[in-house]
Amino acid sequence: MNVPIRRLLAVALVLFALLVGFTSQWSVFDAAELEAKVDNKRPLFEAQQIKRGKITAADGQVIANSRKEGDDESFQYVRQYPTGSLFAHPIGYSFITQGTSGFERAENATLTGEENEFVSIIDQIRGQRREGSDIVTTLDASAQQLATDQLQATGRPGAVVAIEPSTGAVKVMASTPSFDPNRVPEDLDEFNDADPSVLTNRAIQELYPPGSTFKVVTAAAALDSGAATPDTVLSGASPQTFSGVPLSNAGGEPFGDIDMRTALTHSVNTYFAQLGEMVGTETLLEYMDRFGFGKDPEVQLPDEQKAASGVFVIDDKRGGFKQVDEGFDLARVAIGQGGEEGEVRASVTQMAEVAATVANGGELMKPTLIEKVIDPDGRVTDELDPEVQSEVMSDETAAALAEMMTSVTVEGTAAGLSVPGAESFAGKTGTAEINIEQDIAQPWFIAFAPVEDPQIAVAVTTDPCAGCFGGEVAGPIATAVMSEILGG
Amino acid sequence: MSARNRELLGLIPVAGLLIAGFAAVFVVRSDEVADASLIFGAYFFAICLAAHIFLRIRLPNADPYLFPLVALLAAIGLVMLYRIDEGLARDQANWFVVGLALFMLTIIFLRDYHVLERYRYLIVVGGLTLLLLPRVPGIGSQVNGAYLGVELGPLSFQPAELGKLAIVIFLASYLREHREVLVVGAKRIAGITFPPLKHLGPMLVVWGAAMLMLVFIRDLGSSLMFFGAFLALIYTATNRVSFVIIGLAMFLVGAWFFATTVGHVGDRIDTWLDPYQDASGTGYQVLQSMFAQADGGLFGRGIGESLLWAPGAKETVENTLIPAVETDFIYALIVNELGLFGGCGVITIYALIAARGFKIASLARDGFSKLLAAGLTAVFALQAFVIIGGVIRVIPLTGVTLPLISYGGSSVIANMVLVALLLLISDRARRPEPEAPR
Repeated sequence: MNVPIRRLLAVALVLFALLVGFTSQWSVFDAAELEAKVDNKRPLFEAQQIKRGKITAADGQVIANSRKEGDDESFQYVRQYPTGSLFAHPIGYSFITQGTSGFERAENATLTGEENEFVSIIDQIRGQRREGSDIVTTLDASAQQLATDQLQATGRPGAVVAIEPSTGAVKVMASTPSFDPNRVPEDLDEFNDADPSVLTNRAIQELYPPGSTFKVVTAAAALDSGAATPDTVLSGASPQTFSGVPLSNAGGEPFGDIDMRTALTHSVNTYFAQLGEMVGTETLLEYMDRFGFGKDPEVQLPDEQKAASGVFVIDDKRGGFKQVDEGFDLARVAIGQGGEEGEVRASVTQMAEVAATVANGGELMKPTLIEKVIDPDGRVTDELDPEVQSEVMSDETAAALAEMMTSVTVEGTAAGLSVPGAESFAGKTGTAEINIEQDIAQPWFIAFAPVEDPQIAVAVTTDPCAGCFGGEVAGPIATAVMSEILGG
Repeated sequence: MSARNRELLGLIPVAGLLIAGFAAVFVVRSDEVADASLIFGAYFFAICLAAHIFLRIRLPNADPYLFPLVALLAAIGLVMLYRIDEGLARDQANWFVVGLALFMLTIIFLRDYHVLERYRYLIVVGGLTLLLLPRVPGIGSQVNGAYLGVELGPLSFQPAELGKLAIVIFLASYLREHREVLVVGAKRIAGITFPPLKHLGPMLVVWGAAMLMLVFIRDLGSSLMFFGAFLALIYTATNRVSFVIIGLAMFLVGAWFFATTVGHVGDRIDTWLDPYQDASGTGYQVLQSMFAQADGGLFGRGIGESLLWAPGAKETVENTLIPAVETDFIYALIVNELGLFGGCGVITIYALIAARGFKIASLARDGFSKLLAAGLTAVFALQAFVIIGGVIRVIPLTGVTLPLISYGGSSVIANMVLVALLLLISDRARRPEPEAPR
């Protein structure tokens, strides 16, 4: 009977080998596929047990942190936002079921301590749990608060972005109306349905006609390309016909033969329309490109929560928004408007970058929200290292532009404004026509201060209103925010 | 070195492993090694030592590797149960003490296990009664659609565990007597030797019993385990592959018939083929097992470091992510925490036990001993295969326990008696001077 017994052992060994084979299939060969299955909730559960890093404002005020619930194996971390709605727009939220948005989403890897395979095996051997790094942002809590209060006081949706010109550090990114991220787990549907939208970050996700603030871009292109100088004299008469349609100055005010300084100071539409045609489509687009138009701002926010500024053909019927690079009414694009063949649309962040570039001698610094990253052991693993995003214009061009923009605040469309804490400041108003018959316009203001040694550049807009002027609605918000940051 | 000294040497690493396992759970839980892990280890080692000394006195010639291997499985089981719930490990340790008591009683009172042959019909009737007990109204209990448990007041047990011993003892005894008859008069058709039709009678009876189990107990796995053990025994007794082929064919036809006519058997098979079609319903259990294994990878998460409960969930044995993690699905937790290496280790231990068991069978000097050892080994190995196979989707999921690792008193007691019988056979076989033939 020994022969069959030996064969039985062989059969048993074959059966056990089959078990080894299937175990290796599930645990090793098919493991990645199994982990990606929708029915597999383990990855989701594990994310709940990772301590996300803390997010703080530049002064250390906590914007987001994680609270541990439960002491046993089934503990979990829940995200908390002590400042409520104040930083909801740049920072966003992070919850297991509702997902992750904003800065929380863009910096998820850092905040959850995502590591390469090797480091995680070492950590496992050392018995360390995965833990995220803390991030100190560049955000200025008191200026953010002030900007939000001032926007809310207008009663209309709006946004403020303030950037340090020499570093690209984003000091303020405010958008109203906002939402309380702490309420996301319960009230996300309510937030989604809100009108006007509370989840839209109007500082960077929404595009508006920039109006006369765009003249800074046109002027930069004209001066830097050599098409014109600050002393180039053109007619400021109003109206003048462009593309077969008459174009007027604000309030129909006529000017004589004037130079560029006077034209920018008083925001003369007819002068800049001619200047635009002198510059040409190709050169204007080239300079827009250098300023960052045509692509999402490079700040650390998710792509789907950023919008690229540019010239668009807008098809209201189909809701289409198509970027174009030719065939548009150059004269009207040059003054920050446009027509059916294409009109300029820009985000508040983009216009703040324009102001910051002029302030920084023509160099656009890459905008950033990160001051430093601190790992769980307390080591600083990353620190703001100013990076040039593009060389937009020469130092001389920037200096000439700055001088003209200073004139705007001294004797031009923003003459009544001042920045406590800065001897002088440079700015440009914008009042983009939305509905001429009803006199409804989108108010804008871009500025930087102090002129001699620029510390802060800012852009402000609010939703359109009847009889609104950029210098009256947006200007005071911009000067107040700059003054707060400068400690005035 | 004498057999018993080798056994003692084998037990030392087992105790070490247990201490290390408990220490690992402590470290994860409280970041410190408590004395309790040493106490647990010492306690376990003391019990094993007592059993070893007992074997030294009563069965000095028995196989030296079997008991350390059994202790190793028990140690792994205790560590995993301790990781799930402290109370479970304590209960299981107590069951081991009871199991070892029965182990010793078996060795004392069945010193001449041939007496079992005399009572074979009594034993088989008892065995079959045990198997059908779970269907008796009032005391039977259903788990996952299968009738495998009996509840008598506060006491609950799985009669199939003891039933398997009874069936194997009966078959070994019956086939020892009738093996010649089964072989005589065989005809060769197309190169395969077929037994005469009239001798297929006993085979039909056992096949009928297996089918009855499929329908009444509703568990394909236990049915497969019993029928597989029967085929192993009839093959050992006759050395005729034809019996095995005919038997397997009959089983498959029967299983196919009941799968298509009896709903719950068919459901199990559908779930086995495609668990994703009802991922939150019938496929839930086996999918959780597969996901846990995928999470384990090559080396596993480490003891006590896998995600056993969903965050925020109440940490009870009923609430674990892997369902029935302390019994049927304990293998999935082993792979989750110890990885493919851990899983292969456990399978290797079962393979080594099977090897020792069949070795005992081939060394045995008489037919009944050979058949009994081969049958007990086959049923033990098949049980491990059937439950691990169900958990890792080699075969449809079943409701038997993983021998000596899963939580449960009936399983521990039945398997300790099984091991005792194997050691009894081994001691007799390896005695230097054979006794006079009976």
